[in-house]
Amino acid sequence: MEKLSLYLGCITPNRYPGIEKATKLCLDRLEIDYADLSGASCCPAPGVFRSFDKATWLALASRNIVLSEEMERDVLTICNGCYGSLVDANNELKDDPALKKSTNAHLEKIGKNFKGTVDVRHIIELLYDEPGPEKIKEMVTSPLDLRVALHYGCHLVKPSKERKLGSTEDPRFFDELVEATGAESVNYPDKMACCGAGGGVRSALLDKSLEMLEHKLSRIRDADVDCIVNACPFCHLQFDGGQVEIEEKRGTGYNIPVIHYSQLLGLAFGYLPEELGIDLNLVTNEDFLLKLKGDR
Amino acid sequence: MSPGSEWRITMNQSNKSNISDALKDAGLEILTCLQCGTCSGSCPSGRYTGMITRKIVRKARVGKDVLHDPDLWMCTTCYTCQERCPREIKITDAILAIRTIAVHEGIMLPEHRRVSQLVLEYGHAVPINDSVKEKRESLGMEVLPETVHKYPDALADVQTLLESCGFDKLAAGSQE
Ligand code: SF4
Ligand code: SF4
Repeated sequence: MEKLSLYLGCITPNRYPGIEKATKLCLDRLEIDYADLSGASCCPAPGVFRSFDKATWLALASRNIVLSEEMERDVLTICNGCYGSLVDANNELKDDPALKKSTNAHLEKIGKNFKGTVDVRHIIELLYDEPGPEKIKEMVTSPLDLRVALHYGCHLVKPSKERKLGSTEDPRFFDELVEATGAESVNYPDKMACCGAGGGVRSALLDKSLEMLEHKLSRIRDADVDCIVNACPFCHLQFDGGQVEIEEKRGTGYNIPVIHYSQLLGLAFGYLPEELGIDLNLVTNEDFLLKLKGDR
Repeated sequence: MSPGSEWRITMNQSNKSNISDALKDAGLEILTCLQCGTCSGSCPSGRYTGMITRKIVRKARVGKDVLHDPDLWMCTTCYTCQERCPREIKITDAILAIRTIAVHEGIMLPEHRRVSQLVLEYGHAVPINDSVKEKRESLGMEVLPETVHKYPDALADVQTLLESCGFDKLAAGSQE
């Protein structure tokens, strides 16, 4: 099995630390060889920095990758945005010698050099490959009796030419991982639609961003699920914080719990919701927490 | 009216550099667009913001107005249009590239300037705060994560890179 460095990004450690803790608990349980990627920065956020200045995007992204190269480990991301930014930067730098040279001219000033020796992984595609849903199912100790609305998030599967993970309209791999925990992944209309957060829209045009979110939330509410599962802390922030904002601004309370796949898997491995930070979300739903405890 | 004639007129009237050539140089050909509207029909933003993806592609062919189009900032970069375009135009990538040109002409939304300042100051677009420090402690985690937040030397390296790329000036908007 490959060696990995755990890249945290910004939102996981600085807003939803439960996702960080849950990820580590799960990696340990799965006996995956990982180490902290110490000193990493913002990936940088693809929607904004990538579109502001390519040299800056590549310089910061490559520094994060180089830290992992120095450890001789592949980079493990737990966020679709970080994944998109780092995979695309890594591929561009590996494929384009001129770009690699100009980026290394910046890196030289901090004594670093991009070599192109490691890969960037996302925890979902990684777990699907190895150990895979079947093996995970065998390792689950507390199968979950939950109806789940799965949100893949755009940058996990798109652009498909770069990601190579199959269908972007109706993928299945993430559903299989959810179902390995015992939970049921419920189909709902517009399942593959965007949460509305990316591209700097949430930061600059919050009201518009929330309209896109509310469309998804209304679909999910109609599907009558216990929670939303994602694999991206930025989508997580949008679903969780966004529900509170929608309630404040528009008066509609959805109150749908939101959890990252690492937290879902942590539950299936028998950890308590408090150990996984599930109770630290902005949306508070006591019924859900009680149900989780009842399951144990 | 053929798109070609429209294009020539604009270029004759303007001696400024043009967007679609810049996109083409970046491997993003947009002149093959049929104006079929598959992109706009797929756009999650279009449903709520009035953004019309097809029009962005058209505007980008005919001049520099697109740089001032507020629609440019309503794209969530979901890539649905790019996946579905029958001409395989890299629409999302083109929108990002047009944003780059706009930013280098001094056009940047104030909120995005603020996020840029956060990265310059902290190395994180979303830095930690006191309430999250408490959450980390309550989970039995270290208060500061294993990132630039914990390692001042690492933050200094990030700042050196940002300066080396001229990002500090770009984010400050000092070019105008
Ligand atoms: S889908 Fe492609 S061809 Fe059709 S209007 Fe949009 S960019 Fe043009
Ligand atoms: S990538 Fe942007 S323009 Fe294209 S469909 Fe998504 S939000 Fe709309």
